[in-house]
Amino acid sequence: MTSEQSQQMLTGAQALIESLERVGVEVIFGIPGGAILPAYDPLYDSKIRHILCRHEQGAGHAAEGYANATGKVGVCMATSGPGATNLVTAIGNAYMDSVPLVAITGQVAGTAIGTDAFQEADIRGITFPITKHSYLITDVKDIPRAIQEAFVLAKSGRPGPVLVDIAKDALAASAVFEWENEVILPGYRPTIKPHLRQIREAANLIKSSQRPVLYVGGGVCKSNAYQQLGELVSLTGIPVVTTLMALGAIPSSHRLNYGMPGMHGTVAAVGALQKADLLIALGTRFDDRVTGLLETFAPGAKVIHADIDPAEISKKRNADVPIVGDLSHTLAALNQHFTSQDMPDISSWVNYLDNLRDSYRPDYAPCVDEMLSPEFVIKRIGELVGSDAYYVTGVGQHQMWSAHLLPHEKPGHFFTSGGAGTMGYCVPATMGAKVGRPDAAVWGIDGDGCFQMTNQELVTCALNQIPIKIAVINNQSLGMVRQWQSLFFNERYSNTDLYSTSVPDFTKLAEAMGAVGLRATTPSEVDEVIKQAMAINDRSVIMEFVVDADAMVWPMVAAGASNDDLMVALDSTPDWNGGAK
Amino acid sequence: MKKHTLSILVQNRPGVLARIAGLFARRGYNIESLAVGVTEDLELSRITIMVSVENELVLEQIVKQLNKLIEVLKVIELEDEHAVQRELMLIKVKADPATRGQIIEIVNLFRGRTVDVQIDSVTIEATGSPQKLSALLQMLHPFGVRELVQSGLVALGRGSKSLADRAKINRRGVL
Repeated sequence: MTSEQSQQMLTGAQALIESLERVGVEVIFGIPGGAILPAYDPLYDSKIRHILCRHEQGAGHAAEGYANATGKVGVCMATSGPGATNLVTAIGNAYMDSVPLVAITGQVAGTAIGTDAFQEADIRGITFPITKHSYLITDVKDIPRAIQEAFVLAKSGRPGPVLVDIAKDALAASAVFEWENEVILPGYRPTIKPHLRQIREAANLIKSSQRPVLYVGGGVCKSNAYQQLGELVSLTGIPVVTTLMALGAIPSSHRLNYGMPGMHGTVAAVGALQKADLLIALGTRFDDRVTGLLETFAPGAKVIHADIDPAEISKKRNADVPIVGDLSHTLAALNQHFTSQDMPDISSWVNYLDNLRDSYRPDYAPCVDEMLSPEFVIKRIGELVGSDAYYVTGVGQHQMWSAHLLPHEKPGHFFTSGGAGTMGYCVPATMGAKVGRPDAAVWGIDGDGCFQMTNQELVTCALNQIPIKIAVINNQSLGMVRQWQSLFFNERYSNTDLYSTSVPDFTKLAEAMGAVGLRATTPSEVDEVIKQAMAINDRSVIMEFVVDADAMVWPMVAAGASNDDLMVALDSTPDWNGGAK
Repeated sequence: MKKHTLSILVQNRPGVLARIAGLFARRGYNIESLAVGVTEDLELSRITIMVSVENELVLEQIVKQLNKLIEVLKVIELEDEHAVQRELMLIKVKADPATRGQIIEIVNLFRGRTVDVQIDSVTIEATGSPQKLSALLQMLHPFGVRELVQSGLVALGRGSKSLADRAKINRRGVL
């Protein structure tokens, strides 16, 4: 079975680095420490680029950003105990958003495991619920195989994070390096090709529907099925909604794209799902942020649900036609069943949605009294920076405005923390994306709350020549939480005011960390700051936009409410029937 | 709540049981009984879990989630009529010279065995289906049950096929 037995004796650390090189790793984001220290010695001579981060959470999100931007497996590395536990948030984030990630951690020596040794943490046990799979390696001979398997698992099927925890004495010991030609995982058989009978049933259901809608999720991006999706849309003329994770899967400007559904979805997208008679759910998991109150979600719709993970199908909403498979294969097979003539006339349905879209277009609040509206700032960034750039966001109000107002014209150009909703994702993920796409403009849109969680990675950017752009939408508060306090807690703003127009001084903070700090407080300064930032390419740029703290994200479905009760503004509901205001 | 018996073939590796137990705990599934042991193939272990679920959809989700675990090779439901199911029970019953004979008679009726006898107690070993053991226990209760311990349920499908056959274990590469 072993094809290549060079009989070369390597230490575990050397075997680890050799294995990482063989699986094609180019970049590792990490921080050394006691238990992982042996691995850093051969890494010193390796062609793999190691980027020394300032916090392990930053290393983890950076690896995610890199993975999202390149389609490759992101790699982060940390030592045992606190080094490893600091990775947990990033691993959890990668699990929720199906990001291919391999986390390598040092562990105390095998002889010390279980004794509460210095910097010991059972990181494998801690991450059981948030990894696709995990390894605890105590025998030097197991290192190459674990690395090979970890990369296969992280990337294939439904992607996700894999943890490889290696005891220090296994890194230090020596063994003959053995590299297998194939990876043998008897319990792992992801279904790639869909069942053709299911495809036929789906096609029949689509052809007999009156009000179908394509409910497109992040799985389409993971499987790179953009072209097949585009073909299906042009063959059938079926309206499309894209979740937060799938923005750009078809261009925002496409006439059949009705935007993002859900808690902060567009009226047209929410209406498309609620009024549909058929949901064609592609690589999406009926998240509660999309469905609202599940019992009232898309009440009149049958469901075709295609996903690579069988456990997602019928987990929350029963599927009438389940299709397990890789979406690029599933959609290609489905497209075979359509010619442009055999769809029923759904023009009245399309007209209905067009009316909703025209009547309730996501728009931004104008700036009043020289106070910046956050929507205006984000809209201008999108207009000036354009659709070739990669955009990354944190979590909260600025994330939702970015979802609605940035130009999502290209697939795979928008990275955000969806399922986990991890504040602090933006700065390190932007850094990672820039490492993956060094020649592209990579812009982070962040909030003042999020930014203060992980901005230490700007130092990493400065010292490693990773020039990123971060726009801090400073509303001086934990804006989304504050919005909920405004709406549901009688405007009692308990612990959401960050006072961040006075402290920190973002401009000085940027400069202290080797970046350029810019600031805009009035509408006339906005374009100037954005253009200045665009012109700087040798350093990172932090742009602070001081905006109105009272701005709210609309539309909104209250948590636990039905999508039918969507509000387009405070105490204002859309006219679902007329579509006209 | 309906009870179902799942038979799970897994790779015999450290941590597999923790993964499965953790999966049940974090997704809120109820384990009624659990038994784990190696199989005819020392690389494989077999876990028998009895679960109680509200409906078939929950059971389907449990099976799907179990199948997502990389070290799980096969999950099947063993339905009562198509499987042999056994538990082992040890019961310490109060006994004096007057009652000892009656107790032993009951135990014999249930094809159990007396494994320890003291002046004031007898300890009984019994195997069988959960229903049979429950009936035995009911008969012994009037005498006074001092202590009781029972194993998880183990079960095998009837017929000649093995779970490993049904798993069609792929020993070739996945990619």
